[in-house]
Amino acid sequence: MLTLDGLEITLGDWTLRADWSLPTGVRCALIGPSGAGKSTLMLAVAGFVEPTRGRVIWQGQDLAGLSPGDRPVSILFQDQNLFPHLTVAENLGLGIAPNRRPTRAEQDRIAEVLDRVGLAGMGARKPAQLSGGQAGRAALARALLRQRPLLLLDEPFAALGPALRAEMLDLVAEVADETGATVLMVTHDPADARRLCDLTVFVDEGRAGPPADTAALFADPPLAVRAYLGL
Amino acid sequence: MARGAGALIPLAVAAVVGLVILASLAAVLGHGGAASVSAADWAAVRFTVGQAAVSAALSCVLAIPVARALTRRRFAGRQAIIALLGAPFLLPVITAVFGVVAIYGRSGVLNRAFEAVGLPAFSLYGPQGVVLAQVFLNMPLAVRMMLNGWAAIPAERLRLAGALGFGPGAVWRHLEKPMLATVLPGAALAIFVICLTSFAVALTLGGGPDATTVELSIYQAIRYEFDLPKAALLAAVQFGLCAAALALTWAATGAPGFGAGLDRAALPPAPRGWRRPGDALAVGLALVFVASPLVAVLGRGLWHLTDLPPQIWQAAGRSILIALPSGVLATAGALALALAPNRWAEGVAMLPLAASSLVIGTGLFLLLVPPFRPGALALPVTLAVNAALTLPFAYRALRPEALALRADYGRLTEALGIAGWARLRRIILPRLRRPLGFAMGVTVALSMGDLGVIALFADERSATLPLMVQRLMGAYRMDQAAAAALVLAGLGFSAFLAFDLWGRRNADA
Repeated sequence: MLTLDGLEITLGDWTLRADWSLPTGVRCALIGPSGAGKSTLMLAVAGFVEPTRGRVIWQGQDLAGLSPGDRPVSILFQDQNLFPHLTVAENLGLGIAPNRRPTRAEQDRIAEVLDRVGLAGMGARKPAQLSGGQAGRAALARALLRQRPLLLLDEPFAALGPALRAEMLDLVAEVADETGATVLMVTHDPADARRLCDLTVFVDEGRAGPPADTAALFADPPLAVRAYLGL
Repeated sequence: MARGAGALIPLAVAAVVGLVILASLAAVLGHGGAASVSAADWAAVRFTVGQAAVSAALSCVLAIPVARALTRRRFAGRQAIIALLGAPFLLPVITAVFGVVAIYGRSGVLNRAFEAVGLPAFSLYGPQGVVLAQVFLNMPLAVRMMLNGWAAIPAERLRLAGALGFGPGAVWRHLEKPMLATVLPGAALAIFVICLTSFAVALTLGGGPDATTVELSIYQAIRYEFDLPKAALLAAVQFGLCAAALALTWAATGAPGFGAGLDRAALPPAPRGWRRPGDALAVGLALVFVASPLVAVLGRGLWHLTDLPPQIWQAAGRSILIALPSGVLATAGALALALAPNRWAEGVAMLPLAASSLVIGTGLFLLLVPPFRPGALALPVTLAVNAALTLPFAYRALRPEALALRADYGRLTEALGIAGWARLRRIILPRLRRPLGFAMGVTVALSMGDLGVIALFADERSATLPLMVQRLMGAYRMDQAAAAALVLAGLGFSAFLAFDLWGRRNADA
């Protein structure tokens, strides 16, 4: 279970509060207006933003003091998820062993995973030679290799067209099912939330959540969500 | 969020840089109290400030028409000319001086032409020679900085000027004058600071009561008068001058800048009529002014390369032995500071700009002689001082790229937990390869050509190549001096080109 226990993030005169839990293995969307703090909340879970108050707890363990690389987290950013000077296979290798070269067995595993996400034989390419969708697949492949129980998605597919984005979300669902990961995804589009997530957290006016059933939320949106959706 | 040993490295670099510079300063200030400022010292201060001011002003004023012509005209060879204008910055000063002497000296090209038409001879030795050499060295730098200024005029404004049918006068009033008002102070102050520490130029073309800089006085006090308190006092004065000029630069521009020429799509209007030949004349004169001394060194030096005695090649070897490790130290130190998230790192990296070769040299002389013999210290001290003094240039090259690396890939690197040696080898070095190659090239070339602190310490067996060139010139062995100056420039430029090329090769986007 992921618990945000009385979490408070203050940046200047802006504050965001969250106080809820998410059961293990669920997929949860974060929606809300720009600047509401969706990404900031996610960065706090990933360890890039220090909360001013409260705790982030995963399976009973307080994550405070753990550096981003040591947290039980894989995160996909909006862009720059791959190092452009390394090949796709090398980028994936960083997911297994960030501080040494992968062994023979690990290289085989990388090839397998590339095959799994539909990038078979593309390990030797540089990211610049990939399309946007392929780059997203490579980043997901690395998350698959990392096997961390929390998968955070900070709009990594925002630049893709609707069809390609739907394809990527389905791949996320497959990856999450395979690894049993709990997913937290920032998005602007209710359709994305409906496609992937059982739960949705609405972030607005300094407050995030609690998680609500996605279908129920969009079937009968509260006033603030209506305003956001333009209904 | 840097942790462990990695966070200590910038601290260690800061400690070393700070120690070398501050310990020298402390020594200088501690010993300077025993001397009093003489009339000659005041004259040196006045000349130092005066020649720096005149050189900076002339360099900038002459650079304006050249930069404007290069901005608004497109012609074959334009890129080559801009590249050539980058050369004097890396050219060993003593080689530049030799070239200037070959053109403007007693038996130079200019005076032979004057003689042929019955004009009185122009004397290069004295304040006019010092200023001429400084302008030769720094006018191209001013042009490059102003090219950046012109390139920074937003394309929208240029389009608007075109749409409104602005003539050259209106372009000047509404676009160029405001731009120059922001660029000129920075360019002038940067050149002023460089000229304040003028040593090699003053040593060869100046001297005497009316053309001695403070740096030169420090050298004379130590080498000829053995008057250490006086040298210390002069060094303190020199530090005060540099620190004040640097503070002024900071106040005027935010940070001292050394730019590179850029290209981009929108061109300012290129007026026709007499301004066309006018621009051609400006570029042509600048080309002749910058290229002629270089050609003179090349022309005279090539013929005498085979006459060079073995001592010259030994000195060249010593220069390489100093320049390579000095460049590595400066670049590595600058890299550590550029990667440091701490705000004080910038201050540490710029600290050496306030010191000069002879100021640190004097401080180290006071601290280390005795117990050591000056000749024994010559090479290690020169290596350390060159590393410290070239560090700001490496830092300037690395800092923007290091910031971009952090902005673009800092979080990804941390999210994946790439740390320590792997982070350096797999992320930092490959991502920063281009600026690292450039920084290595610049620091090695500058260190190779440096004629400063080495003059304080060197004996017969520890002279570097720049010092040998100066001694050959002093002994009027001009053919050998030309060849040695050419070897020196060749070494500096090849080092720069080799490292810069290494940086560009396989540098991934």
